[in-house]
Amino acid sequence: MDNDRIDQIIDKHQAEPSSLIQVMLEIQSENNWLPKATLDRVSERLDVPLARILHIATFYKAFSLVPKGRHSVHICVGTACHVRGASRILDTVEGQIGIKPGETDLDLRFSLEVVNCLGCCALGPVLEIDGKTHGKMTPGETSDVLKNYE
Amino acid sequence: MSRINSPAELEAFRKGILSKRDPNKPCITLCSGSACHATGSGEVALSLEAELEKQGLSEQVEIRKTGCHGYCERGPITIIRPEDISYFQVQPEDVPEIISETVKGKKVIDRLLYTDPETKENIVQESEIPFYKHQERLVFGSNGSIDPKSIDDYLAIGGYSALQKALYDMTPEGVVAEVKKSNLRGRGGGGFPTGRKWEGSRNDPDPIKYVIVNADEGDPGAYMDRSLLEGNPHSVLEGLTLGAYAIGSHEGYIYVRQEYPLAVENVLLAIKTAEEYGFLGKNILGSGFDFKVIVHQGAGAFVCGESTALMTALEGRVGEPRPKYIRSNIKGLWEKPSVLNNVETWANVPLIINKGADWFTQYGTEGSKGTKIFSLVGKIVNTGLVEVPMGMPLRDIIFKIGGGIPGGKAFKAVQTGGPSGGCIPEELLDLQVGFDELAQAGSMMGSGGMIVMDEDTCMVDVARYFIAFLTDESCGKCAPCREGLRQMLKILTRITEGKGKEEDITTLKDLAETAKEAALCALGKTAPNPFLSTLRFFEDEYEAHIKDKRCPALSCKALIAYHIDPAKCKACMICARKCPADAIDGGKNKIHMIDQDKCTKCGTCYEVCPPRFGAVQKISGEPLPDPIPEEERIIRKKKKK
Repeated sequence: MDNDRIDQIIDKHQAEPSSLIQVMLEIQSENNWLPKATLDRVSERLDVPLARILHIATFYKAFSLVPKGRHSVHICVGTACHVRGASRILDTVEGQIGIKPGETDLDLRFSLEVVNCLGCCALGPVLEIDGKTHGKMTPGETSDVLKNYE
Repeated sequence: MSRINSPAELEAFRKGILSKRDPNKPCITLCSGSACHATGSGEVALSLEAELEKQGLSEQVEIRKTGCHGYCERGPITIIRPEDISYFQVQPEDVPEIISETVKGKKVIDRLLYTDPETKENIVQESEIPFYKHQERLVFGSNGSIDPKSIDDYLAIGGYSALQKALYDMTPEGVVAEVKKSNLRGRGGGGFPTGRKWEGSRNDPDPIKYVIVNADEGDPGAYMDRSLLEGNPHSVLEGLTLGAYAIGSHEGYIYVRQEYPLAVENVLLAIKTAEEYGFLGKNILGSGFDFKVIVHQGAGAFVCGESTALMTALEGRVGEPRPKYIRSNIKGLWEKPSVLNNVETWANVPLIINKGADWFTQYGTEGSKGTKIFSLVGKIVNTGLVEVPMGMPLRDIIFKIGGGIPGGKAFKAVQTGGPSGGCIPEELLDLQVGFDELAQAGSMMGSGGMIVMDEDTCMVDVARYFIAFLTDESCGKCAPCREGLRQMLKILTRITEGKGKEEDITTLKDLAETAKEAALCALGKTAPNPFLSTLRFFEDEYEAHIKDKRCPALSCKALIAYHIDPAKCKACMICARKCPADAIDGGKNKIHMIDQDKCTKCGTCYEVCPPRFGAVQKISGEPLPDPIPEEERIIRKKKKK
């Protein structure tokens, strides 16, 4: 992400230090992760110490300090999905792509996250890949679904 | 659109909208909430538009994409007005038939109707379906009839008339008094009387005050605030503006999770149109009152649902709570008096102002007035959002509205109040829902999550699950929560793995007491609840795990094994083919066996074994039966036993 684009985002929020989180969210959603150089620029423009930015980047779940995979896999582990067997879905995905929640595989194919309720409890257990919801999953179907993503 | 500058202009404008609307014009409403979207309502909408075009009916028939109707189990939901014919689980291939048969031909398609599971009769009207019949949908009811992206739809059902009434016929003190008289209590979990909170801010001399909507709905398994904000954003905005007028605030915030993109989109649009119409901004409705609303997206931290943490996050910092020696309605956001209420609380306010506190208090119990929206999920037939008057027995909610437990299983407990709530067992099911009633049973109202559990749910695992959630979400500021929960999680995990020790329960109780007494905020103080309430009602399950190394619900992976009963196995190969771990040995006519070393205990074999055989079993707390000799594994056809 170049500095011009970062500046555009910052200017949209009038370079207000209190908009720090909103600025970071926009960069995250556009760039998919927060590179060090980008955060340096934000720190300079908003006049906020880098340490505070990193505190925020590691505190909130939406931010990532490492590049993300091509496909983002979200497994709902909300209570409704949990009692309907979400952990079995998680086990299957972990086994198949070989990463734990919060990690990205070496080929940058998948990033795996667990989330705490996608609001489609009627479909639990739910697996979401790149925003597409796959409901009422079983371990067997989960492995089939994953095979569709390159 | 020019701004509306007086009550007379508003009424004239409203009449204009209504006069343009023909109540007899066919209208297809389609639920487009997040849950229905996941079941394909987007595709249904596209094919509705295409089909109307094809049949040349685009002008004569209106399509209205509404918010969530609540009955998520049967989505996507389509209602054909003016006859109010309701169709469930509609798929794009049903669309041509709906248009030619029902819209044009006025004939009902039986296949798409709801069938009563008991009487086997088809029900045409949504309101006659048992799921809806026992509800009282005061706050949530409009969701199904208006397009959340259309301010005109909201005005057509009387929207912003409460704001007009307050600005022109009531003093700010009068608004506070009315809310106080209604006994409205905070729907976000705490149950603090809303009117008293407002009064505190109102009476503070500081000229700068804030009002805040808490839409950082983080409880796993609860999504009522999301559905309200997605489906009826103007009702929340109107409530917020009324609150601002009442306490004398000119700036409001909506803190909404970025995980709710549709809610963010709809509320931003609602603010924009409300500003254009003159319901927000300078000189609202010509009354001289100014108020603006800013949307702040949450970046994903459960603790930010806590009021002081949320305010810190709004200031652009890490969302950590602060001690509440001084309440935030006196010193909150940027140290100014700040009234923070939950989405549902705000949405109740226009109703109270419009219809009066006396109308509102006719619903509910002594201590809890009005209605409450619950998210009824888990092991329940009718998953969905339900709005019931306070005081309805839990049994009615779960069995009359929810339709009971699926698959003929037995009810075990209902978990209310989110991660910090508690589990209520069968013997307390006649409990009336209300803030105080639930607290007495060791649980709480919380924001309205209601997760039903059946005999297959292990209560120790449920406690472990919630403590794991809270450990992960603890902000780490105070030790009782940061360290105490971590230790509790370690011990609970150990117990579910069959490594529990005799003294574990005592240690857990100690840690629980400490967190309850000494944690800084409500997250830590209530975090031990899931453990304490499951221990209170299900101590035998803890003992079975610790002493017998057995999971009575046959759920804890480390304590169970799968076994194929050789007497029942018909060597059909289904489980062997489906097993993702290749752990099943056997072939055609050869009784299957599970290789315990390869088995990952995923349970697939147990699920796919045809019920008429029922050969796969779960075993806990006892040794596996010895394998049968190899020669006896061959099934010879036609050989009678």
